[in-house]
This record gives sequence, C-alpha cells and structure tokens, in this order.
Amino acid sequence: MSEAAAAIHTEDHAEHHEELSFLYKYILPVDHKMIAMQYMFTGLIMAVIGGYFAYVFRMQLAYPGESVPFFGIVGPGEYNMMVTNHGTIMIFWVAMPVLIAAFGNFLIPLMCGCDDMVFPRLNRLSYQIFLVSALVLILSFFVKGGGFGGAWTAYPPLSSVPEFSLTDWGASLWVLAVALEFVSFLLGGINFVTTAMNARAPGMKMLDIPIAVWFIVIAVILFMASVGPLIAGAVMLFMDQRIGTTFFLPSGGGDPLLWEHLFWFFGHPEVYVVLLPTMGIVADIITVFSRKKLFGYRTVLYTAFATGGLSFVVWAHHQFVAGIDPRMANVFVVTTVLISIPIAEMLFSYIATLYGGSIEYTTPMLWALSFLFAFLIGGVTGIYLGASALDVYFHDSYFVLAHFHYTFFPITIIGMFAAITFWFPKMFGRMMNETLGKIHFWGTFIPFNCIFLPLFFLGLAGQHRRIYNYDHFPDLATEELQDIRVFATASLVIMLIFQVIFLYNFFYSMFKGEKAPDNPWKANTLEWTVPSPPPHGNFKTLPTVYRGAYEYSVPGREMDYWPQNMPPDES
Amino acid sequence: MSTRGPVATHRSSTGIPAGRLAVWWLLASEIFIFGGLIACFVLFKLNGTPGFEDASETSVVAGAFNTFVLLTSSLTVVLAHAAVERGDREKAFTYIWYTFAAGIVFLMVKVYEYSGKILSGHTITENLFWSFYYTMTGLHALHVIGGMVVMALISFDVRKGYNYQRVELIGLYWHFVDLVWIFLFPLFYIANF
Ligand code: HEM
Ligand SMILES: [Cu+2]
Repeated sequence: MSEAAAAIHTEDHAEHHEELSFLYKYILPVDHKMIAMQYMFTGLIMAVIGGYFAYVFRMQLAYPGESVPFFGIVGPGEYNMMVTNHGTIMIFWVAMPVLIAAFGNFLIPLMCGCDDMVFPRLNRLSYQIFLVSALVLILSFFVKGGGFGGAWTAYPPLSSVPEFSLTDWGASLWVLAVALEFVSFLLGGINFVTTAMNARAPGMKMLDIPIAVWFIVIAVILFMASVGPLIAGAVMLFMDQRIGTTFFLPSGGGDPLLWEHLFWFFGHPEVYVVLLPTMGIVADIITVFSRKKLFGYRTVLYTAFATGGLSFVVWAHHQFVAGIDPRMANVFVVTTVLISIPIAEMLFSYIATLYGGSIEYTTPMLWALSFLFAFLIGGVTGIYLGASALDVYFHDSYFVLAHFHYTFFPITIIGMFAAITFWFPKMFGRMMNETLGKIHFWGTFIPFNCIFLPLFFLGLAGQHRRIYNYDHFPDLATEELQDIRVFATASLVIMLIFQVIFLYNFFYSMFKGEKAPDNPWKANTLEWTVPSPPPHGNFKTLPTVYRGAYEYSVPGREMDYWPQNMPPDES
Repeated sequence: MSTRGPVATHRSSTGIPAGRLAVWWLLASEIFIFGGLIACFVLFKLNGTPGFEDASETSVVAGAFNTFVLLTSSLTVVLAHAAVERGDREKAFTYIWYTFAAGIVFLMVKVYEYSGKILSGHTITENLFWSFYYTMTGLHALHVIGGMVVMALISFDVRKGYNYQRVELIGLYWHFVDLVWIFLFPLFYIANF
C-alpha cells in the first residue's frame, strides 16, 4: 500500500484555494461549515412550509368549511395533501437535515479537532441531492391532481393505485423525493462516520468524544441499517404505481402488509435516528450550564447502543390492528416495553447530571430542560400505546397523534432551538439577544403544551385521526370536543406568531448582535477553542486532546472547566 | 503524503484508510437494500405465491455462464489490484479493461435473456415472480454498469500513475456485485420448487 499511499489524492482538491469566488464559497462550497449552513437554511425554509400546512389544516379542523386566512377554502384532497406532507416534511426535510446534517456537519469536524470532513466533495454532493429531493417534493404539490395525500406512511393500495389515491403523479413524485432524500443521507452518513472514526485529533480516544458526536454517528448507523429495505420497498412501490406491477396488491398476488413491515422496520428506528442527535445536543448543553460532569458517560453511551439495537425489533407495535398474528403482537409488546428502559435510563442520567449543579437558566438551557420534560410525557404515553390491548382502542386516534408530537416536537423543534441558540455565537460570531430568546422560549413552550395536551383527551374521547371535517361525524361533532379543537388551533396560531420573534432575533443578531468571544459559555469541547466564527480550516494548529469533554468543576482546580486540549501541566 | 486537501482525509485513527472505510460503508448500505429485496422474494416464495414455479422457465445455462463470467471478472480485478501494488501500471490498466469486457459479456447475456423472455410473454407485470426477476436482476445490472463506468474512468488515472488506491476500492465494490449475483442465481434460476 505504500506506493499507493504516496499517490493518494494528488489532484483531488484543486478547489482549496485561499480566495474562493462567491460561487465556490456560497453556492458550491466544500467547507463543512458552509454546507452545514446550506442544510440549516434549507431545513428552516422547509419548516416554514410544514408549519404553514399545519396552520391551514388546524384552522380547517377548528372552523370546518370556512375560508382560512392566507389560504381559502380547504378541500378534502388539499387537506389530505397538507397533513401528509406536513409529516413528511417535518421528519425528512426538517428534523434530519437540521439535527443530523446541519449540526453533524458543523460539529463533527470541529469537535473532533480536524479541518474538514474526510470527503468534502462527497459532502457537497449529499447536499445537492438533498436539495433536489426537496425541490421534487415541492414540485409534487403542483402537478395535475395535486400532492400526495395518503399519509406519511403511504400504505398501499391507497398509495399505489392512482384511482384510489387520486394523485397519479403526486404520489410518484412523493416516493421519488423520499427515495432521493434517503440516498442523500446514506452518502452523507459516509462522511459523518468516517470523519468521527478516522479524523479525530491525536489523543482523542473513543470515550473522549463528546456525546453530541457519538449520538449523531449512532443515529447515522441506525439509519443506514434500517433504510435499505425501505429503499427496496420504495422501488417496488414506484413500480406498482408506474409500471403496474403488483408487489403490494392482493389482486395480483402481492401483499399490502409487506409494505407496512418494510415501512415500520425503518420507521421505528427512524424515530431514534432523530431522537439521538437531540439527546446528544442536550447532553452537551446541560453539562455546560450546570457546570457538572455528565453523569455516567459510559452508561449514557451504552444505553444508546441498547436503544439502537432494540429499535430494530419493535416495529410491529405500529401494526397491532393491521391483521398481524396476535401471538406475534405479544412479542412486540414485550420488546416495546423493554425499549423504554434504556430511554428512561438515559433521561435519569441527565436528571442526575442536573442534580446539585449550579444551574444557569440561559436560553439554550431552558430549551434543553424543556426537552427533558416534554420528551418524558412523550415516552410515557408510548408505553401505554405499546400495550396491544390498549392500542386496539388508541390506534389511529388523537392519543397517538399527541404521543408522537410529544416526542417529535421536543426532538425537532425544541432540539433545533436549543442547538441554534447554543452554537449561534460559534456559527455567526455574534451573541443572540437573551431577553428575546427567553420571550420566544416561553411563547413557544407554553402554546406547544396547550396544543397537544388537549389532544390526548380528544383521543381518549374517541377522536379518530385523519378526518377532514368532524361535522360529518355526529358523535365527534359535539360542542365540548369542538371547543378543545378551537383551543388547540388558537394555541398553534399563538405559537406561530411567537416565531416572528425568533426570526427577528436570529437575523438581527447575525448582523448586529454583540460580538461573541471564542468561548462565551466556558465550555470544554474543541469548537470553543477556535475563533467565532471559525476560519476556513478551523484550527490554526490542529489540537491535541488530553481528556474527555465533561470535566466541569473538577475538585482542586481553580477554573470550573477544563478544555479538552489544555495540556495537563497548564491551568 | 500529499499536503493538499484537508488533513482530515489523511488521518487514520482506526488505522484503516478513509477510502476503504467509505466503500465498506457504501457496501453495507447496499447489503441492506438487496437484503430487503431478497427477503421479500423469499417470503413470497415460502408463502407459495402463484407464479413462482416460473423459475423453471429461466435458463440455467445462461445463468451459470454469467456466474462464471462474473467470477472470472472478480479474478481479473484482483489481478489489477496486485499489479498496481507492484507498481505495474500497464498491467493494471489491462486487467481493469479485462474486467470491463467481462461486464460487457455479462450484460449481453442479460439482454439476450430479457428479450427472449419478453418475446415469450414473460413481462414484468405477468406475475410476482417476473416482477421480482426484472426488478432485482435489473437493479443488479445497473450496479454492473455503474461499476464499469467507474472502472473506465479510473483506469486512465492509474495508467498515468496516480490514485492507485482506487483500484482496490473498485475491486471491493466489484466483489460485492459478484456476491449479489451469487445470491440471485440460485433464487431465480435453480430453486424452482
Ligand atoms: C419510549 C419509547 C416509545 C414507545 C414505547 C413508543 C410506542 C409507540 C407505539 C406503540 C405507537 C403506535 C401507536 C398506534 O399507531 O396505535 C407509536 C406511534 C408513534 N410513535 Fe412512538 N414510542 C416511543 C417513542 C417514540 C419516539 C422517540 C418517537 C419520535 C421521535 C415516536 C414517534 C412515534 C410516531 C411518529 C408514531 C405514529 C406513527 C403514525 O402512525 O403515523 N415514538 N409509538
Ligand atoms: Cu414505533
């Protein structure tokens, strides 16, 4: 290999000039920080679209049949299209790009102490495929028949037969967009994993890696191992739609349940794919703002492995009423209840980290704490659903919807705000305004609970999901239930209005905020040892690492933090 | 070692070159994709889905011949790697193109098989067996084509004397494509019970 090694990459990196043209700096960058920005802004734009859809369909539920401001009358097809694409967008085009791709890109090289991702051009390609996937999805809203409306789970035959879905091309473009997104994240994953495995600073052992990096890497591995069969399934679904094969059609010998298995074999691990990055981000934030060592670093890490492993054997809890063998359902009840153990253990570790710490209630810390609180509700309600006897009643009701919003909202939205407010100084070199940040926090967190807590009760009262107009169902059209719907919708509108404060704070601070020092939070990890924002190449001299990431308030030291790269004899 | 490009690319905390890690990663994801398809196929077959007896219609001879072609090409790609390790660029170049030629032969046999089957009425929509047959062998053929394109591209670099490590990487990929065929051959050609 020696001769080959000598020949490695002689012509590979022609674009690494000092002065980059606008085109190469902002449109076709290879720098990991700029690619992180691209993912983040694309994700934020998609979040606005997904949020707008939620606004429109919640208004329709609260005021059925009336014209919605900024939209108009909502037809049943449009309603289904918006619900479907709201879910699809929030998971695949917001949670994944922002939490995994944007923060993965930004943090992995900085936290591991290297100058870029291992394969910068592959990194750029992943983003470009991701962008195309987003554009294909948006295009699908405008083709004849409108966007796909068969739910984010896309169960056939509804999704595979145009006469049923009524969205001939909308459904196919939806499948295509999702498949492209998967490919983009498979390619991106190569970079995340190889960089964390191979490009760490000298001295950084496996157990010195910050949890935020670890969890992104585990998430990427889970994604890779679960998405393959669904990619196969997507190819089959696409062929059912376009060439007329019958993989999922009983009339031609196929089996619609097969899709459900393929989908949920991916779908359940996917919830941990998005959960873990936020869990990691939160771990880093709570240690910094409680000035304490992470309680049980190894325990936290090993429970993440356990969760990842178990997440492959729980999927059929989504199919308890789908006609699977009841004996099989029993097995999945057991595994589902088992998986709450590592998750709970992780949460307890975090709470133990907080215990006795000197807690600073900064904006990122508020987000991190509220994540723990809200996610707890999500996890506990999941245990109810995991009991098949209860799930027969709960399934496809608003109880399920409230459950997964108590998991997904904390993960995606709260996690995103926590990460942005925490790393904003590093990303843009300026501080965000704390007062505005706190107003925005309370203006988001209180309405969030007001939206989704009532939905648990609607679900218990028997309100089915995926219904466009409850006036058509006399049992569900009662005044009390309608009042709850109006309350939830009003809370949503309030929450959306508060997002203006965030946008203002974000853009104002980006240009006019107070200049950020290198290490405003007095944190240990390597990204805080470089200028804010880090220059191209990140480190002036590449760092050497001497210790783990969580050495806060070490007894006998004057300083209550201990940067990972500070030589042991200095203080 | 080259000083250009990010330092990250040349680091190796694991002791394994980044390129090899990346290809392993790629192949792992491919295993899950093909694994998903194979699992679906086997489940349908075990369920006694009508149409799967049509496996007797595929030509074992053509399939066996193609198996032989692919196995041979795996050998030539190994020889290309060995040549490049010795620094024998011309030999490596030649062996890469032998491998490429084997790919062409493989594809020609596939075209012959496909056209014969379609002419005798076994189209992709006839029944699930043929749907799987065309989907999986088609996806596999796309992988063969992709590998050939990459091989053609890197062969010239190798002859000029750089990016030698890519021969090993394409070799890993090519073995994988070969391995997938080793699974497809018995499923579609032999197991006609
Ligand atoms: C403590 C762990 C958890 C348990 C025991 C659990 C259990 C369940 C069960 C049994 C269902 C099926 C309910 C039904 O359809 O009748 C479900 C649905 C769901 N869960 Fe969880 N869950 C857990 C954590 C999570 C997390 C972390 C997320 C998200 C990141 C999540 C997201 C979802 C989603 C999206 C659905 C509904 C999918 C749909 O039908 O559209 N869950 N959960
Ligand atoms: Cu699940």
